[in-house]
Amino acid sequence: MVVVFAVSQVGSLVAAASIPKVIQHIVDGPITHRHLDQLLPMGALLVAVGLVEFIFVFLRRHYSGTASLHMETDLRNDFYAHLQGLQVSFHDNWQSGQLLSRAISDIATVRRFVSFALIWFLQTVVTFVVVVILMLQLDWQLALVVVGCMLPIAFFSHRFHEKYKFIARRMQDQQGDLTTIIEEMATGVRIIKAFGRMPLMQKRFEDQAGLLRGTSLHAINERAEIWTQLNFLPNLSLVSVLLLGGMSVVQGRLTIGGLVAFMSYVFMLTWPMDAIGWVLAMREEFQTASERLNEVLDSHPEIADRTHARTHERSRGRIEFRGVGFKYPKSNDWILRDLNLVVEPGETVGLVGRTGSGKTTLAYLVPRLYDVSEGSVLLDGIDVRDLQLRSLRSHIGVAFEDPILFSASVHENLVMGRAIVSDHELKRAIDVAQAGFVWDLPWGLETRVGEQGYTLSGGQRQRLALARAVLGTPPVLVLDDPLSAVDVHTEAAIEEALARALQGVTGLLVVHRPSTLALADRVALIDGGSIAAIGTHRELLRTNELYRALLSQEYREDREEALA
Amino acid sequence: MAGLLRRRSRRLLAGLARPYRWWLALAAVLILIRSAAFLSLPYLVGLGIDKGVRPGTTGNLSTLYLIVGALLLAIALNALANFAFLRVSGQIGANMLFDLRRTLFAHVQELSLSFYERYTSGRIISRLTSDIDALNELLSTGLNSVLTSTISVLAITVILLRLDVRLGMVTLVAMPIVVALTYWFRSNSGRAYRAVRRAIVLVIVHYVESLGGIRAVHAFRREPRNQEIFEDVDARYRDANIWSNRLVSTFGPAINLLGRLTTTSVLLYGGYLVIQGQLTLGILTAFVLYLRQFFDPMQELSQFYNVLQAAGAALEKLAGVIEEAPTVPESVTPIRLDSVKGAVAFEHVTFAYRDKPVLHDIDLNVPAGQIVALVGETGAGKTTMARLIARFYDPTIGRVTLDDVDLRDVAVEELRRAVVTVTQESFLFSGTVGENLLFGRPGATRDEMVEAAKAIGAHEFISAMPNGYDTDVRRRGVRLSSGQRQLVAFARAFLADPRVLILDEATSSLDLPSERLVQRALRTLLRGRTAVIIAHRLSTVEIADRVLVVDAGRVIEDGPPSELRVAEGRYGSLHRQWLESLA
Repeated sequence: MVVVFAVSQVGSLVAAASIPKVIQHIVDGPITHRHLDQLLPMGALLVAVGLVEFIFVFLRRHYSGTASLHMETDLRNDFYAHLQGLQVSFHDNWQSGQLLSRAISDIATVRRFVSFALIWFLQTVVTFVVVVILMLQLDWQLALVVVGCMLPIAFFSHRFHEKYKFIARRMQDQQGDLTTIIEEMATGVRIIKAFGRMPLMQKRFEDQAGLLRGTSLHAINERAEIWTQLNFLPNLSLVSVLLLGGMSVVQGRLTIGGLVAFMSYVFMLTWPMDAIGWVLAMREEFQTASERLNEVLDSHPEIADRTHARTHERSRGRIEFRGVGFKYPKSNDWILRDLNLVVEPGETVGLVGRTGSGKTTLAYLVPRLYDVSEGSVLLDGIDVRDLQLRSLRSHIGVAFEDPILFSASVHENLVMGRAIVSDHELKRAIDVAQAGFVWDLPWGLETRVGEQGYTLSGGQRQRLALARAVLGTPPVLVLDDPLSAVDVHTEAAIEEALARALQGVTGLLVVHRPSTLALADRVALIDGGSIAAIGTHRELLRTNELYRALLSQEYREDREEALA
Repeated sequence: MAGLLRRRSRRLLAGLARPYRWWLALAAVLILIRSAAFLSLPYLVGLGIDKGVRPGTTGNLSTLYLIVGALLLAIALNALANFAFLRVSGQIGANMLFDLRRTLFAHVQELSLSFYERYTSGRIISRLTSDIDALNELLSTGLNSVLTSTISVLAITVILLRLDVRLGMVTLVAMPIVVALTYWFRSNSGRAYRAVRRAIVLVIVHYVESLGGIRAVHAFRREPRNQEIFEDVDARYRDANIWSNRLVSTFGPAINLLGRLTTTSVLLYGGYLVIQGQLTLGILTAFVLYLRQFFDPMQELSQFYNVLQAAGAALEKLAGVIEEAPTVPESVTPIRLDSVKGAVAFEHVTFAYRDKPVLHDIDLNVPAGQIVALVGETGAGKTTMARLIARFYDPTIGRVTLDDVDLRDVAVEELRRAVVTVTQESFLFSGTVGENLLFGRPGATRDEMVEAAKAIGAHEFISAMPNGYDTDVRRRGVRLSSGQRQLVAFARAFLADPRVLILDEATSSLDLPSERLVQRALRTLLRGRTAVIIAHRLSTVEIADRVLVVDAGRVIEDGPPSELRVAEGRYGSLHRQWLESLA
């Protein structure tokens, strides 16, 4: 491929450069000397050169285009793989619009540079060199004049580079911010409509789009300047050549045909100079794009397999939090600190605490969606960080409070990344989660759900997410209040089924409502970042002031209300 | 350009260009000057060779100097006009792009929820980003190349014919072939670029969705499968691009080859004429130079054509979005509501969603200030009823009224101020906590905002955050717990102070303590307001004045909770179940 490319590149250039030479021969030879019989063969030669040029240009464009498109795809695939490998907290911190604009427009910018700009640049340089050599052969003094006229290009392009690099960066960042607003509008449209805040969003969008327009105008002006300069210089050399060349002809040092050929060489430089303008602008955009891509590619996954990470075939499901502390990176506020908790195999522990007490974070530490900042989490006595991620996560079923479904079939949403799952297992999981409604969907388990598919209610989505968690009977279940959007009718049924599912399985249950507490063998009260009290629901109710304050009052109020 | 784009795309483009017609005219004038200056170069050079140099044996160079002076003037004019044109046309392009973004964003926001349910957010994102980017190229460089090239081609045609009619006719023979080539390219590349647009949407949709749910992806080890899907759609995108690239790679060089062939014909015929003494060498030289300038813009036109086809495919998609009309359009002659009391009524309301009946002939009267709870199984139609009150949908038959005025006659802005919905998706926008609260009422003072947060019980945790109300919530508030996000959503609604408040499963993700806080806050804050509550927790339902049990699109029980819970109906049995679960 490289050979084809190189051959076609050189071939097309040679063909293009030799055409004026052939024309010169025709003018100086048959026409000037009135040799009518030589005219036709020379014409045939010109056609042949033209055909060769056509073939080579096609090959060059086709191959370079294909190669650069393959490169773009590979780069985007790698970028996506890298993002998928980065820990949840990375995604928490990045505006998704910025990630999207990097994956689509920045990568396309890189491709454009590689496919056009690099080639144009090469072509320009080669054309320039070839043309200058041809000129030198014809008349070295005139050639030097042309080269002299072109010298200021170096100065102009340096100045352009100094200014444009900042503009390019600003432009691409602003594009990312604009994408973020667009994404928020598209995903938060229900809220925007609920409050009738379309004008507010519109203003935000227009402000941002206005900033982008301002930067674009700035960029346009800079480009206009450099393009004009690059356009002017070859024209200037044209005039100089006519003047000096004309004088040479008069003095008999140059033939008319030679001057004509020389002129057409100068004309040949016009396009490459235009191209240089493009290349310069593209180079800055390319550099900015790669900078922006590297910002993401340089962040290494913090949660990844350690070098000696091992697999863990069978898990008993004993979980231990040992001196666990957690804080977000670059933050000084400890969310969890000195937290110790053991969940024995088969036991279910409910986590109770104020809003924002860190219950959910604690639960996320087990499948390593977050990593501890200090201390350790152990599964069967092994630090979870010493296990291979895939192995660790295969032992843990997670149900998130927000049931995340993807645009895929119900079946695929349930199986997700697991190895082949038997129909029996699927059926059991669906039964446990009381998600039998899936059988009644238009295409059963093959019905597409998620944003692009069949619309499910909140409760249905949650039950599906629950079925996904219990599928394959993992020894550890981490459930972040899987019942919040389930209606009262199904709640009792699911709780019953859950109780069955939790039998013989270690459960970590983030509790948002008192009825779920019935599923827990023990309850851990989280306060001030650590376990404030632990025991059965009744024990805590009896002994712990805070727990009573959190729960009993509601009980009483509810009862009072209910019995009133 | 007629016929190159589908009609609706053309209309969109024309609409965008209209405000800038005078600027466009200026750009055209500038380009005329530039082209005239530029096109005079070969002519002057030819003149220089014929007149300035030929008789030069006498040593008189004054003609040459004169011509060189004219040339200098021409290139200076060319450079100035070029600079001015690039700025003007760039400005037009940037402004048109801005207008398009603005129009599209505003239009998309006006579209009804049913559009979003059908179209999906990923598609909207790709329309507003990648499709607009595709147009960017057309607007930023297209104007330049199309104007320059067309003018060049036309002007050079005239010049060629004037230089020598015979040679000019030889050149024009090439035109039908250019037309045929263009036709071939157009029909093929149109399909190729549409394939590109379709493929990029798939890439963006998968990308946005899978990274948005990265937690679930990690927890269930779906990375390899996601990678597979992504690489698959990415490969489709690549192949569509390769297809279009192959077409461009053929079209451009083919036009070039045609130029070479024409040049050869001219040389042969012209050479013959010169030998016969019917033509001067200078004219032939100028002709050959002009031919280059005839086919170079042709090349450029073919490039432009390519950009136009790419942009055309995007424009078509955008025009498709613009063509979407809101299914709940704003009334042309809205009735003004002076002060909304908040009485809501359903009059024989039947509603079908995608031809599936959801509500059947519902008659309902909610006096101002009443708190109504909707109870019923998933899919019974509770949320639909709530959405009809907020006019996210319009009823298929019958009407929904606010203070006896049909919602369809109320100005949208007024309706949104009067009726606010809080749903279970506690979506936060990027920005600070305070900004998210102020979303409820952008004009509120800081004190009012803090008051609202206090009333809801959100003040405590907000002030405990590093920068209090000025804390950045990060991407969609991931740093807040779901309960905290819900409290913010609540405070936001209370700050909005609507006459009618709809809570659609809004309390479902609250923690025990916060729910209790909200229960308390609810009681005070719902006072004097009409409220419609959909909740799964009977503790929330119990604060209502009236309970409606909805089943299969009909209201089957209606009454105060105290009566219903002792009755032998659906609600009674539910209530007893609930009491048991508390014991």
